[in-house]
Amino acid sequence: MSDRKRTTVVNIGDLATVRFNDKKIVDSGNIEEMGAELLSLVDRDKMKHVLLNFDGVQFLSSAALNKLIMIDKKVKQAGGNLRLCNLTSEIMEVFTITRLDRVFDIRKTESDALKAFGVSS
Amino acid sequence: MDESNWNWELNETIPSSKEIGHRLIEKLLAALTEVGWDGSEFFHVQMAAEEAMINAVTHGNKEDEKKTIEIEFKVSADSAFLRFKDQGEGFSPEALPDPTDEDHLEVVHGRGVFLIRNMMSEVSYNESGNEVTMLKHRKPEAA
Repeated sequence: MSDRKRTTVVNIGDLATVRFNDKKIVDSGNIEEMGAELLSLVDRDKMKHVLLNFDGVQFLSSAALNKLIMIDKKVKQAGGNLRLCNLTSEIMEVFTITRLDRVFDIRKTESDALKAFGVSS
Repeated sequence: MDESNWNWELNETIPSSKEIGHRLIEKLLAALTEVGWDGSEFFHVQMAAEEAMINAVTHGNKEDEKKTIEIEFKVSADSAFLRFKDQGEGFSPEALPDPTDEDHLEVVHGRGVFLIRNMMSEVSYNESGNEVTMLKHRKPEAA
């Protein structure tokens, strides 16, 4: 998808696997773009499931968390599942402190997450 | 805190611009790295600085570029001091709902102040609530 600036997406059937192009997800303009790109996976591309692979992401702000909550709701509304993987220990701590680890399905590796989606890696 | 032991200090008044705020935070992060901060404690200071800056620009000064933000950073090998003062009406941090309450878990705002409180060693607000002062002490084994 050449129109994506903040994310790189590879589709496996009805599962969109997403990697982030930014090491720090903190700039508000970039967060808006990231949110729009993620929402379009469901709205425009009609993907059912979404896997967010945080490999290479070193930092994200609470504004980015808010966008992730929005995309989680969107995916769930469409009857799919959103899973996260490859979080650094620091970013994992953000999810734990805010108890968002209870909202999101977080897997350690991409392989673990793909297995949960029923995809063999 | 023995204030004579700071290795690096910055004291600037900037317009309400996230871009300029981010640039100053990059200087703070470079100063922290310079004196050996890394891992989760580095991340905690970065998170507190980013969230406080965004709060000052967005909620404090309502993105009005005519209004300014006072920013003060001090860094040593074992402590980091951050202060942000905006020109807004201020707020009462105690009045904010707990974002970890079951009813608020999926609300899409209100985690910045909570994260700051959880990631810094000491956090205080002035009476009107438009100034936040934060201190992070490194654990002895990490310093």
